[in-house]
Amino acid sequence: MEESKSRTFWEYLTYISENKSPLDFVLVWDHIDRFLWGALLTLEITILALLLGGVLSVPMAIARAYKHRWLNFPIWCFTYFFRGTPLLVQTYLIYYGLAQFESVRESFLWDPVLSSAWWCALIVFTLNTAGYTTEFLRGSIETTPAGEIEAARACGMSPMTMLRRVVLPSAFRRALPAYSNEVIFMLHGSVVLSTITLQDLLGAGRWLNGRYYLAYEGFITAMLFYMVLVFIISRGFSLWEKHWLVHLRQRESETGAVAARAG
Amino acid sequence: METVWAYRGLLFDGTVVTVQLAIASLLLAVFFGLIGATAKLSSNRLSQKIAGAYTTLIRGVPDLVLMMLLFYGGQQLLNEFGELTGWWEYLEINQFTSGIFSIGFVFGAYMTETFRGAILAIPRGQIEAGIACGMTSMKIFRRITWPQMVRFALPGFANNWLVLVKATALVSVIGLHDLVWNASTAGRSVREPFTFMFTVLIIYLFLTAVSDVGLRWLDRRYNVGVRKV
Repeated sequence: MEESKSRTFWEYLTYISENKSPLDFVLVWDHIDRFLWGALLTLEITILALLLGGVLSVPMAIARAYKHRWLNFPIWCFTYFFRGTPLLVQTYLIYYGLAQFESVRESFLWDPVLSSAWWCALIVFTLNTAGYTTEFLRGSIETTPAGEIEAARACGMSPMTMLRRVVLPSAFRRALPAYSNEVIFMLHGSVVLSTITLQDLLGAGRWLNGRYYLAYEGFITAMLFYMVLVFIISRGFSLWEKHWLVHLRQRESETGAVAARAG
Repeated sequence: METVWAYRGLLFDGTVVTVQLAIASLLLAVFFGLIGATAKLSSNRLSQKIAGAYTTLIRGVPDLVLMMLLFYGGQQLLNEFGELTGWWEYLEINQFTSGIFSIGFVFGAYMTETFRGAILAIPRGQIEAGIACGMTSMKIFRRITWPQMVRFALPGFANNWLVLVKATALVSVIGLHDLVWNASTAGRSVREPFTFMFTVLIIYLFLTAVSDVGLRWLDRRYNVGVRKV
């Protein structure tokens, strides 16, 4: 009894969805697994690229901030190139472009790495995010308060110790708000994946629309997924900021005074 | 390299389309940004809410998704609406228009934040002084708010513009014959995709460098009265 009732309800819902509702939500629900896999791929490449790019950017930012005699200029060229050009074209350059060269096609890297869209995307995204991260990390290293450095020197710290214990910890903290933007931009940028044959979130939306000849459903579903991801990321970062930047927060009474003045 | 030179006309046409698209979307973005900033700063709760939803939506959704939604979905919506009301027969949104609208809409949200910050940076006393002198709100905007707002907004504006120029590349995905589309088609047909894509990157770097010069000029112009330390 219960069984048949629930089935009629489902049939009723399908009927509404197909004929009455502007969006066929039952159809989307039937293919929700595609979107989940797409979200997984989007997250996988974005997170890996952010981790690898982050690791790359720290030594580059240090070299830029301290104006290393040999490394400063090449790193500047690298960041200028990756920050000044579209991620889409960078990805095309590597994924479609490298096949132009005989030597690349015959090298040992070709088969497992450079001929695969996944690897090409990971390489390009990593370099791209490393470019952006290097520059704002350099900025926050350069704005280390002079007093902190003087204090470290006065304590007799070696340059390495000072970097490790004083400069980097405070620079990372100051870079955190900019980094949360970079993470969100990277997630936005990951839509490029769907242009090089990969089934990311947008790819799933495009697949659904193409298969059933729809105009909205796939894109709107992908859009909702992206919004949820961005919401989670922003929430995560604001918690992280609260934890890491707790010493910079204004005292409660002061915040009240500022708010009163602004209002 | 000779092949790139042989296709210079095609690449040049593409560059022109890219620049036109970027400038048209910038104008639209400034328009949306001014409206958004006004709405965010107004005392009307509803307009604050709407502007807040707008900036949150844009921050949450990648531009290519909106672009595709507008290009495919917007087209259908427009025609369904036309059919329903009988106001128009069949309309087609081309790639250029949906590119302008989606990029303009997306960057309008970033401009909203930039302009809002810039307006908030103007000392309140100056606006009160304008009111005390009997200026109309239009005159206050023209003589007090705008000149200073531009100065405060310029760094953020410059950044938005540079990001916007790069975002135009995405319109090639929905088939606009811009620089990227032309170059990748040409590159595929002569089997030299790397050379062509590399040329595209150089052209983008060139566009960035040119806009840097222009932005620096604007910066000097609007900072004339500011004392430098």
